[in-house]
Amino acid sequence: MIPELGHFTLILALLLAIAQAVFSLGGAARRHAGWMAAGRSAVVGQFVFVALSFAALTYAFVQRDFSVLYVATNSNSELPTFYRVAAVWGAHEGSLLLWSLSLAIWSLAATALSGSLDLPFRSRVIGILGLISIGFLLFMLTTSNPFERLVPAASDGNDLNPLLQDFALAIHPPILYMGYVGFAVAFAFACATLLEGRLDAAWARWTRPWTLAAWLCLTIGIALGSWWAYYELGWGGWWFWDPVENASFMPWLAGTALIHSLAVTEKRGLFKSWTLLLAVTAFSLSLLGTFLVRSGVLISVHAFATDPARGIFILGFLTAVIGGALLLYAWRAPQLKSSAGFEVTSRESFLLFNNAFLVAALGLILLGTLYPLFMDALELGKISVGPPYFELVFLVPMLPLLALLGVGMHAAWKRGLLSGARNRLLAIGGTALVVSLVAGAAVYGEIRPLTTIGFALALWVMGSSLAILVARLRARLPIPGAVLGMVIAHFGVGVSTLGITGVQSFKIEKDVALAVGEAATVADYDFRLTALRDVKGPNFLAVEADVVVSRAGQQVTILHPQKRLYNSGGNPMTEAGIEVGAGRDLFAALGDDLGQGRWSLRLQYKPLIRYIWLGALLIALGGGIAAFDRRYRRRAESTVAATEAAATTGRR
Amino acid sequence: MRFAVLIGGLLLAAQALAIDTGGAFEDPAEQERYERLIRDLRCLVCQNQSIADSNATLASDLRREVRELMIAGQSDDQIRVFMTDRYGDFVLYRPPVKPRTWLLWSAPVLLLLGGIGIAVFVVARRVRAAQANPAALDEEPEQR
Amino acid sequence: MKIPVRFVVPAIVFAALVGFFIVGLRLNPGEIQSPLIGKPAPAFSLESLGDPSSKVSSTDFSGQAWLLNVWATWCAGCRQEHETLLAIARENRVPMLGLNWRDDRALASRWLAQLGNPYVSVAFDPEGRTAIDWGVYGAPETFLIAADGTVLQKHIGTMSLAVWERDFVPLLAPAGEG
Repeated sequence: MIPELGHFTLILALLLAIAQAVFSLGGAARRHAGWMAAGRSAVVGQFVFVALSFAALTYAFVQRDFSVLYVATNSNSELPTFYRVAAVWGAHEGSLLLWSLSLAIWSLAATALSGSLDLPFRSRVIGILGLISIGFLLFMLTTSNPFERLVPAASDGNDLNPLLQDFALAIHPPILYMGYVGFAVAFAFACATLLEGRLDAAWARWTRPWTLAAWLCLTIGIALGSWWAYYELGWGGWWFWDPVENASFMPWLAGTALIHSLAVTEKRGLFKSWTLLLAVTAFSLSLLGTFLVRSGVLISVHAFATDPARGIFILGFLTAVIGGALLLYAWRAPQLKSSAGFEVTSRESFLLFNNAFLVAALGLILLGTLYPLFMDALELGKISVGPPYFELVFLVPMLPLLALLGVGMHAAWKRGLLSGARNRLLAIGGTALVVSLVAGAAVYGEIRPLTTIGFALALWVMGSSLAILVARLRARLPIPGAVLGMVIAHFGVGVSTLGITGVQSFKIEKDVALAVGEAATVADYDFRLTALRDVKGPNFLAVEADVVVSRAGQQVTILHPQKRLYNSGGNPMTEAGIEVGAGRDLFAALGDDLGQGRWSLRLQYKPLIRYIWLGALLIALGGGIAAFDRRYRRRAESTVAATEAAATTGRR
Repeated sequence: MRFAVLIGGLLLAAQALAIDTGGAFEDPAEQERYERLIRDLRCLVCQNQSIADSNATLASDLRREVRELMIAGQSDDQIRVFMTDRYGDFVLYRPPVKPRTWLLWSAPVLLLLGGIGIAVFVVARRVRAAQANPAALDEEPEQR
Repeated sequence: MKIPVRFVVPAIVFAALVGFFIVGLRLNPGEIQSPLIGKPAPAFSLESLGDPSSKVSSTDFSGQAWLLNVWATWCAGCRQEHETLLAIARENRVPMLGLNWRDDRALASRWLAQLGNPYVSVAFDPEGRTAIDWGVYGAPETFLIAADGTVLQKHIGTMSLAVWERDFVPLLAPAGEG
């Protein structure tokens, strides 16, 4: 009964999404207040029914209803409750429902909080969000129904992929999707702006907090995925440049560029067409990611069960949405002109270069990810483009970006860099370089060029960010949310850079074969296998080892790596034993039983790795603080808009 | 016929560890070279992993080949040729530099220069605008 | 209404991408063409599965076309194609040499005894070195080698009569079937 209700509410949601789109867009075109109001009500209705549908699926999982095919494929009776809920979004169909729920939530929020927008514009935004909702709901109802019945019902299910039975990975999709889907709001704002032929820049102010909110969710989502991969996948890697990972990173880069471009547009009415294009691009990359993960055109560890038929639907949807937006852009954007100017070392200039580097990085990742497909389609053979390529080329735009980042924050709007700032920056830069050379030599015993550059850039960015705060405090200037957010986020970038440089330069991995009582040394740490035992978990059996780690005779910790065999079958899973320290992680993972009491183990020393995710959290925090800057919460009369409106030749 | 089915019983052990118990090379530089080589080679039966990261039988067989070729004194290029002779360019995670990959390998510099070029062009235009009308800059109210 | 080119560029780039994706949906990214096609068959000389003291080598059938089928008892697809292999063997047009890959000798022998043996001879490759030389990455795989020792065709995956008729039979006469 409940699954059928879930299916039914999904159909109702689709009907309401159609109503939302038709009444909102139609009402805006005809200036019909009643229709526009109906469109807004439809948003609420759509949210209610999608939420009910999601609740129905969750209920089916929690109640272990194996008569539903999706439930039977992705969970079983021994699965703990928390993971039964997480299994709702564990595979293709359920994750689409999560997408739809995410979109319904964002649409509801955008509708509720946009009271200060003028009505036709607001309705267009809602209408465009409705069109996107239609696409996903239709996709589910025609090709990927999560409520399909299994007849006869299974007595027990397959199980949720053991890899996904983990807290971080369970919450990773909801947060990630809030990010992906959140860019739809910026996209809708951009399309509404283009549709109306608005020439002012007020929409930039409205769009910015929404973009920041989506972007910070995406930041956390990506960081969670990376952290999870590190402790779960057993060999201590934290980024693999897998197509699906790239598919999440590209919208992030576009979103970062968008936030910065919005700053200029909001402040000075400049770069309007770039900003609109970036808003379209960010969400387009989210949709592209959805396509790449589910269509089978690329090989990925993360891919959902791929199906070209579903791929065709998504591609059609993608073409309609993105193609439509880009045609709209081509039609309307040329009319957006502004005559304002700025000087060479002004903040606008730095932000422009910043975005040039971000977009270059984005382009590189896109090209590298799709190149095998391009070559295959042109019958030029099959190649692979993997981490060795990406790791190398990503540095090309990133190093200049980090260098300029530190300067740009200190640049004033319109005018060039003041001499006071220049001296300050030289001091910080010099210090960063010296400290990085000294630290490299003293702490790690060697100086390497790339490592030195990495550390220097990290310290440079961190120092420069703090200097902004110091300068403001000294001058007794207020520190608005936007400035504090910027400082924290940029500081976070420096922290992540520190972590990445540290771990990539100085990590040590060792594969050993040990019997109980034997030890191995990794980077002054002594890892001794002291015990092995069998352990029983809620839905698995495991072998657990005790690995005593000591340094200079003193015990540091005992690690407990496990090798698990889940009752539902499948491959054995490794749970690494990790000890987190202030400056390093110690890592031990069990491999195979080699016989005669010996086991293979992978031991690792990972300096500074935690800073990667700490930095990401700071970035997200900065974004959050900036999003709640007081000025976004005021009913804003944009004086920039007034100036622009006066100077331009009028609307439409 | 779905590719995945054809692999039969080979373990697609994405989760299990790829641990070499052959022992590390005596010379740390050789060990580093070995680790670099196995990271550059793709595990063909896996869903996007290098032979360093995969515990599939084929991956450990290929690691063994790399090790033996290194001991036999083969250079990095010779080892890569050994692999591509048998499996084609697909087995290399670092794409070879050939005419068909020139675009891929020149992209970093091209995109960087292109981006900088466009930025310089735009900045130049805006600087001219500022110089042409310096008073206008002061008229705009400061927002922060 | 004149639209400067630079504003249309994004739409054009996107259209090109869509074109590639449409083609891409029909391709299988994981299927690799063999670089051995057109090249001499990699040489090998291995122990016979049934009789460790005798050798099976790549030159056993020089002068005529022959098939190499890579198989193992742990391979589900091999079990599925076995009937087809027996049927091809019965046609008696080209001899089939089996390459037993990473398997257990006893299990493999018993398998053939129970299910039937389409092979003229079976080479035993417990370490997989010869398989690597032939660019094998997933069993079953079937190769057609010409009389002069050139690899003509490779099929990755379960052999079916449809694939046999379509991809292998047309090449048999020019290959020099015995």
